[in-house]
Amino acid sequence: MHIDEFLRIQKRREFFHSFGGMLGGVALTNLLGAANAADPLAPKKPHFAAKAKNVIFFFQEGGPSHLDLYDPKPALKKWHGQPLPASMTKDLNFVFVKPDAKVLGSERIFKPYGQSGTEFSDYLPHIAANADDICLIRSMHTDAFNHHPGQALLFSGSTQFGRPTAGAWVSYGLGSESQDMPAFVVLSSGKGTSGGSMNWASGFLPSTYAGTVFRNSGEPILYLPNPPGVTRDTQRARLDLIRKLNEERQYDTGDASIASRVHSYELAFRMQSAAPQFLDFSQESAKTLEDYGVNKEPTHPYAVNCLLARRMVERGVRFVMLAHASWDDHQELNRKLKKNCEITDRPIGALIRDLKTRGLLDSTLLVWAGEFGRTPVGQFERVDEDPGRDHHPNCFSIWAAGGGIKGGQVIGKTDEIGLQVVENPVHIHDLQATMLHTLGLEHTRLTYRHMGRDFRLTDVGGKVVRQMLV
Amino acid sequence: MRSFLVALHVILLPAIAVAAIDFARDIEPLLTSRCLSCHGPRTQMKGLRLDSRGDAMRVLSPGKGDASLLLRMVAGLEEKRVMPPVGARLTAAEIAKLREWIDDGAVWPKANSAAAVKRKHWSFQPVARLAPPATRNQTWPRNEIDRFVLARLDREGWEPSPEAAKTTLIRRVSLDLTGLPPSPREVAEFLSDNRADAYERLVDRLLDSQHYGERWARPWLDLARFADSDGYEKDYVRPHAWRWRHWVIDALNADMPFDRFTVEQIAGDLLPNATLEQRIATGFHRNTLTNREGGVNIEQFRVEQVIDRAATVGTVWLGLTFGCAQCHDHKYDPISQQDFYQMFAFFNSAGEVNVDAPLAGEMGPYLAAQPDYRKKREQILAAYKVAKYQPAWEARMKEVREFPGKWTDWDHAFDALTKYLDNALRILDTPPAQRTQKQTDAMTDHFIQNYHRVIGKDLWKELKFVDARKQLRELRSGFPALSEAPVMGEETMRPSYILSRGDWKKPAAPVSPVVPGFLHAPPANAAPSRLTLARWLVSPDNPLTARVTVNRMWQEFFGRGLVRTSEDFGAQGEKPSHPELLDWLAAQFTDSGWKRKPLIKLIVTSAAYRQSSHARPEVDARDPGNAFLSHQSRLRLPAELVRDSALHVSELLYPTIGGRSVRPPMPKGVIELAYGTDAGWPESTGRDRYRRGLYIHFQRTVPYPQLMNFDAPDATLAACKRDRSNTALQALNLLNDPVFVESAQALASRLLREKPSESISPRLEYLFQLCLSRPPSRREAEFATDYYRRQTEMFEKDPAAAAALFPLEIPGASRIETAAWTGLASAILNLDEFITRE
Repeated sequence: MHIDEFLRIQKRREFFHSFGGMLGGVALTNLLGAANAADPLAPKKPHFAAKAKNVIFFFQEGGPSHLDLYDPKPALKKWHGQPLPASMTKDLNFVFVKPDAKVLGSERIFKPYGQSGTEFSDYLPHIAANADDICLIRSMHTDAFNHHPGQALLFSGSTQFGRPTAGAWVSYGLGSESQDMPAFVVLSSGKGTSGGSMNWASGFLPSTYAGTVFRNSGEPILYLPNPPGVTRDTQRARLDLIRKLNEERQYDTGDASIASRVHSYELAFRMQSAAPQFLDFSQESAKTLEDYGVNKEPTHPYAVNCLLARRMVERGVRFVMLAHASWDDHQELNRKLKKNCEITDRPIGALIRDLKTRGLLDSTLLVWAGEFGRTPVGQFERVDEDPGRDHHPNCFSIWAAGGGIKGGQVIGKTDEIGLQVVENPVHIHDLQATMLHTLGLEHTRLTYRHMGRDFRLTDVGGKVVRQMLV
Repeated sequence: MRSFLVALHVILLPAIAVAAIDFARDIEPLLTSRCLSCHGPRTQMKGLRLDSRGDAMRVLSPGKGDASLLLRMVAGLEEKRVMPPVGARLTAAEIAKLREWIDDGAVWPKANSAAAVKRKHWSFQPVARLAPPATRNQTWPRNEIDRFVLARLDREGWEPSPEAAKTTLIRRVSLDLTGLPPSPREVAEFLSDNRADAYERLVDRLLDSQHYGERWARPWLDLARFADSDGYEKDYVRPHAWRWRHWVIDALNADMPFDRFTVEQIAGDLLPNATLEQRIATGFHRNTLTNREGGVNIEQFRVEQVIDRAATVGTVWLGLTFGCAQCHDHKYDPISQQDFYQMFAFFNSAGEVNVDAPLAGEMGPYLAAQPDYRKKREQILAAYKVAKYQPAWEARMKEVREFPGKWTDWDHAFDALTKYLDNALRILDTPPAQRTQKQTDAMTDHFIQNYHRVIGKDLWKELKFVDARKQLRELRSGFPALSEAPVMGEETMRPSYILSRGDWKKPAAPVSPVVPGFLHAPPANAAPSRLTLARWLVSPDNPLTARVTVNRMWQEFFGRGLVRTSEDFGAQGEKPSHPELLDWLAAQFTDSGWKRKPLIKLIVTSAAYRQSSHARPEVDARDPGNAFLSHQSRLRLPAELVRDSALHVSELLYPTIGGRSVRPPMPKGVIELAYGTDAGWPESTGRDRYRRGLYIHFQRTVPYPQLMNFDAPDATLAACKRDRSNTALQALNLLNDPVFVESAQALASRLLREKPSESISPRLEYLFQLCLSRPPSRREAEFATDYYRRQTEMFEKDPAAAAALFPLEIPGASRIETAAWTGLASAILNLDEFITRE
């Protein structure tokens, strides 16, 4: 060997040794330490001690009716069929109904649950069974009365499109503790949301922080399976070659960002084996599967997503969003509500209990929310159809539970017919500020500079709702 | 302890902290960016403002830095709180500067009053025409650009980097000018070309390539927030959006001067005797999102679109965050809310229309087929008795418009008419006999599709309009059509107002179309029209347009602009790293008739551009962003070029220029993630599956995954630059997406076809040449050969796997061979180097 070549090799060895670059093959244990510098998802310290480490967000797309699920209004029955006085409707924005639309009484039966006695609708018995863990907010309000802007506000803090969403902000703020999955995972069911992938986009944050869609059948993650003819061994061999050649290039160019690409390929490889394991429920007890409603209609797809959410939280996934569409019940309110509740209620109830049993509820923030509520007046489209309710941003109900949240309480109050908030209004930005707070993040300090401005999830608003916290 | 640390920093950072403090350079930007949002002209928390010395004296003790409340607050020496409360703390160096400034008496030049600062801001000053500076090293500079760059490096005491290898250079400049890597033949020709101007000749050839227009259209499409769908909710497809993209590619290839390029896109329809192409150019502003969601007031979304147009012009041409002023006066820049709505007023009267925009060869067949088409269409309409019901329906629509709120069904139907039929009211108001054929057909089609909204189910079933619709659609698809283009035009004078908090329902003071007052004025006699605005943007007096534009071009070649914040040339943006060079380039651009190609040639033939991109640890530690250009940068390719490169080296690419958008295969379940995409994703067939990335149909609510995985913008707002992230999803995408698997297969078959020899090394060398434009090093060849042999062993044990990986037979090659080469080709397509411009 020529002496130059020898020296070059020696130098190269030294280089990769100091870089921790010999990280391929199965020697993955050193990986985090080695590539942290290059990894934008490396775990970061929160601003202050956090109660919650993970989030599961049940996104109920379309605007579920608070009047038929969470906020009992006997007066609606009393006024049923009568128009509201003009003084009450003059400042409202309706989508389809006219100001003289008639009040629609709720057919739902509410009763108190748990020691706290929070009232829930008869369509939600399984969620209600966890009443003492749930902090129900009946005084939510938002700025948008259309789906897409409403969803943009709920997730990105602005009705304008293009901003980062909550899951992306949290991943950016806290990084990932998962060795084999992205920080922010989206589980979708139903018919797709108005906002589409904008609801989990990274906006102007690097795409590293965007939500990754995990499908509960077929390929769980896009482009996850090897192509036909490529086994795990051949894939490993190919990745080893890619790594060696990339390291050569890093040596030649001195570009440290190549280490970060090597890291990405190793994470991809681990995802390839980890992701299908999430769907392998063989280690789950029959009772667990039964409780969630796996392998049963109509719960199966949503139950799988709820069970996946728990399994992901166990494996360090930071933010899991379950998107279910659609609750946009302009017609046939009772039939459609019943259907969606039958799909989602049981799995969610089981998930809360399951997390609690496993000691994970205290470190996992759960939020159940849509983008707005629905009108006390009915939408009678045509005489031959059952009525529904229109979009209603002025007040609606959502709930939170788990990490950092004080359960067994109701926050806020609406008027006699659920038209306006009368006590303790909570804006979307307040909800976002509180979510971040439970994660140890001060919402005014979690910022990202873009277009000459420090942006944040809560835009220019938001205050932590102290009453929600333990 | 803390103050000790601060003091320590002062000692340790003499180069930064001891240089004389300049208020305008060191202190004012700090106050502006970190303090004035709460203590400035708009808000004075605790009654404090820090934009003039008189007011700021409350927290300053001149001569006594440590005793000044301002310093104590930002340094964390006060117990209760630290300022600023939002974002990162001030750095030790920043605190040290503040202390020194106060110690020196807190000198606050009078000229720096808030208003004067706005007038004085660097980017609002006329472009200076400076001679390039003299440099110590006389041999390195190849042109004027280099003298500016070298002078800056001289100040740091740094040498520039050596020129990149010729193989790197040709790959770099090919990707930068055409978006495609060079072929091995092109590389060989360049390497063997010993003429002194070989590189210049290469640049000329690339600038003449039609692929130049494709490569350079993409950043412009980003700025124009171009997409093939509405964006909101149902996210309707825009079948004609591509026509404007086609115009952009043509304009760039013809090197249309940027002033004309500007005028035609903003006001092409207003030019005297506007040509069809000039009208198509105005499609720039048809890329705004459209909200057709139920209940949205049609006026509301029209106003939102006009706001977006005004804000976009501010970003694209002026490089200012103009949109900030839609709700309130800009907090940092001199843009008042009135300025914003005066800009808004330029666009408020413009309507949206679609016009026939035939491509070459379309008109003849179309005209020839028309009589037959009309006859058959009339037959269908007659068979379903459309004429019996439509007139009454139209008459009722007019009534509903007059008296809303009386009939709910009809109100909804009217809402649908205005949402789903473009320019519905204009058509409704035109008597049927006077409507154009296009208007007549559009109204009838809408009627047939929507009549069900106002009739009972029984009648709807009886009429069988669903069948009529299907027949009409089939008829249409069987006849030659003309391409259409979405354009601006057909002005309707509308009064404009300042909208309080940006709310369309809260008009305040009336405004007329006027350009922002802090910049130059248009000619005194100019009419207040879009045309005047367009000409004002590219007038020689405009200090922003040329700077902003050359900066964005520079950004494409160096990975960052001379002004790093290419989206913000205002007070919150960064100052240029090379202000004189920026001005020189801007002057060069305008003085040579706003032509892009000569400027690009100047940039890519500079020694600065031709430097090696290898890191320089000793320099990078002090200039981590490479602002001073001590070397070139390795830049990961944009999303589209990642795709294009793989398709190109494997010869799968269908390289035809321009035309309609395509839908390459997409995994199942993607399009279903959005709510309104009933049209689904009808896959393109044949070679259309392999077109370049910029032709991929962009459905805003569910964009094509590979584009988003590699940081393509979401097409909602003007995007001035792209991220270059690095994720595991990118790895999976390149390893397993059928596009890249097919590329690896095609690449393997190309190797076997073109290098039919038996031995590994010629093929391996060719593979490297094709993908990386260079041969492998000895070590690389060893690694690759070792891998190839191991692959072969594995496939010998598992022939089924080989057959699955490469399902076709190649004459003269074994299955195992082809499969092993496919695996190796895939590995090379996954290299960092392959998706990087070095």
